[in-house]
Amino acid sequence: MTESDPFLVVEDLTVRFPTQDGLVTAVSDLSYSVEMGKTLGIVGESGSGKSVSSMAVLGLHDARTAQITGSIRVGGTEVIGLAEPQMRKLRGNSVSMIFQDALAALHPFYKVGGQLAEAYRVHHHSASKRDARRKAIEMLDRVGIPQPDQRVDDFPHQFSGGMRQRAMIAMGLINDPSLLIADEPTTALDVTVQAQILDLLQDLQREFNSAVIIITHDLGVIAEMADDVLVMYAGRAVEYGPGKSILTRPEMPYTWGLLSSVPDVTGDTDAKLIPIPGNPPSLLNPPTGCAFHPRCVHSDKVAGDLCTTTRPELLPGKDGPGHLKRCHLPNPDVVYQLEVLPEIAPELVVEESR
Amino acid sequence: MSELNTDPEQTPTDEATAAAAAISAEDAFAEIAAQGHAAAQLDPTAEPVIEVEDLKMYFPVKSSGLVRRVIGHVQAVDGISFQVPKGGSLGLVGESGCGKSTTGRLITRLYTPTAGAMRFGGLDMATVSNREMKPLRKEVQMIFQDPYTSLNPRHTVGAIVGAPLAVHKVVPRKQIIPRVQELLEVVGLNPEHYNRYPNEFSGGQRQRIGIARALTLNPKLLVADEPVSALDVSIQAQVINLMQDLQREFDIAFLFIAHDLAIVRHFCPEVAVMYLGKIVEIADRESIYGHAHHPYTQALLSAVPDVRQAAVGGRRERIRLEGDVPSPINPPSGCRFRTRCHLAQEICAKVEPPLLQIGPRHKVACHFAGELGDAPATPVTAGLLGVDGQGSPEPGTTPETLTIGPGFEDRWFDVKSRTMVTA
Repeated sequence: MTESDPFLVVEDLTVRFPTQDGLVTAVSDLSYSVEMGKTLGIVGESGSGKSVSSMAVLGLHDARTAQITGSIRVGGTEVIGLAEPQMRKLRGNSVSMIFQDALAALHPFYKVGGQLAEAYRVHHHSASKRDARRKAIEMLDRVGIPQPDQRVDDFPHQFSGGMRQRAMIAMGLINDPSLLIADEPTTALDVTVQAQILDLLQDLQREFNSAVIIITHDLGVIAEMADDVLVMYAGRAVEYGPGKSILTRPEMPYTWGLLSSVPDVTGDTDAKLIPIPGNPPSLLNPPTGCAFHPRCVHSDKVAGDLCTTTRPELLPGKDGPGHLKRCHLPNPDVVYQLEVLPEIAPELVVEESR
Repeated sequence: MSELNTDPEQTPTDEATAAAAAISAEDAFAEIAAQGHAAAQLDPTAEPVIEVEDLKMYFPVKSSGLVRRVIGHVQAVDGISFQVPKGGSLGLVGESGCGKSTTGRLITRLYTPTAGAMRFGGLDMATVSNREMKPLRKEVQMIFQDPYTSLNPRHTVGAIVGAPLAVHKVVPRKQIIPRVQELLEVVGLNPEHYNRYPNEFSGGQRQRIGIARALTLNPKLLVADEPVSALDVSIQAQVINLMQDLQREFDIAFLFIAHDLAIVRHFCPEVAVMYLGKIVEIADRESIYGHAHHPYTQALLSAVPDVRQAAVGGRRERIRLEGDVPSPINPPSGCRFRTRCHLAQEICAKVEPPLLQIGPRHKVACHFAGELGDAPATPVTAGLLGVDGQGSPEPGTTPETLTIGPGFEDRWFDVKSRTMVTA
């Protein structure tokens, strides 16, 4: 692996779970990459496969129940099929994860400091208990917990929600990982605490030059944090590219739907809230053709019944080769500018016609 | 909206659905866009449906041990006043633990307030007995946050939505099912499904069931406590639009409790910001989101991540709040926000700022009220309260008598000129 190669490369990842009702394809043919020092944002609804795909990176799926194919290379090492002892060396060391629910992810019976120290000692066999404790205090201080030398002996329930999330981040970063996966790191938090946590993640990323994946459904968080954005729907990437391009010139009706169903705190109050009709599809029996077609309100602009019969490929869109989208629409940029934008952000249209 | 809701058991690949989509496909987007709503508008002439004045809720804190003495009180809600206009909506925002949910539970009388008044239809809901409260419960209903825990899994949808009708004996037993079906249709569910159990529905559909239950008795006021925060983003908009439709159709007033400032901005023409049991700023949408005068409101707004930032790149400039919210058992003296406020001076610890009206529909509780980056150097309230710039009583001055009621007056204090002005 050379310096310029992406640290994480996921290629044609497919994750299937056999269930009583049949085979559930949670992720299919997913490819993406993250370079050192960069942030990838993964957006999608619950059940779109965003968490399942990143858990595969850490090898957290039970090999007896999950069928995983494709390739995941972390720093040049192939992770799929890696034996558990090797996987353990990787997990928590060069790749670590921050979970959404910090109260559930921290063990309630053990002190916060002890849990942090354990994460350190697993990968530093020569470290003494005292070294590990010192490291734990240092990390708590780094993530902005006041009086870390005292709080290190607290139990998780003695921490507030924001502090628990900080402790989780401290645990994730204690071994200086090169790749950090944050699964909805701020979803349960207040806006002020969310802003603090996002600041912290950015500062730490700058300091360690690590690659970061942020999984969220909040497009605002994506807009402020991510260099690249991956939009997932029904287990597949439907739009992938640089964050600015995806969020300002989206070319996939699902992304339009996400943008139009969230009100904006600074936008025009004439902007309409337009929901995506229907419900997310069942992965047991996904729709034919484009998985989004039953909920898509633009499929009438595609000739024939292409949307219902043929699954579109993930191809470069109108906004440069780096912006990939999975849609049959021949002129998505025109549709977005003329139809969607006037409804969801009228003031942006005026700006561009000037 | 109902026809867009695919049946949970019907797979979207059904030929019938595909055919229907092909027929209605002339311009499907224009159709759905027409159903979307812009932000709700304020009707300043509307009469208040509920008037809350100086409402307080203190929860006792008891010592451990055999004799559990009361050793303090959590001042969850400490003297708040507001009005909700008929058919309008008031948003209640703030961080967790600020007392916004407690306020919702007080208004539905799930808690009996420690002090204060809640005037609703000529009665004070704060003091009426449970027996007198029963007819009032028809008028004030609640939508809960979590659609998974707020519906009894062992009851059918018909039983859940029909229960209020049976309890209040509104219609004869035989007519309950037809009325339930009517309600299910109103909220965009298939009326045939009254015999199903909650687990057969998705999160968004369950929330619609919760809304149908709240609508059963034709309430005048709905308390919606984080009604969409448990739902997926694409479903949130469906539920918000549904609530806006219902509000227009049935003229229901909403007390909308949420921590998502963008959704509150869309749904509520008026917003109250709470901090540690008190309202720190209350105003119409334009004043709160465009001209916030309280440093806490400014900090909250600056912390919201914005999609539009993508065009610029990087993070938005924001005001950093230091530390955590203080304990409501022993709140700071004077202004409760002073421990985290970048404007705080001596007066803030000594004198509690009153919730002062500073515009036609704008009240703020701050000694240094001013727009972002334009905060005054000396306290604007000093003259009014009869104190000097440090908050010590100033002999020779008479404090202005301020009328601080739940509504807005025609005479207010202009912070720029520091004089009382009349509309």
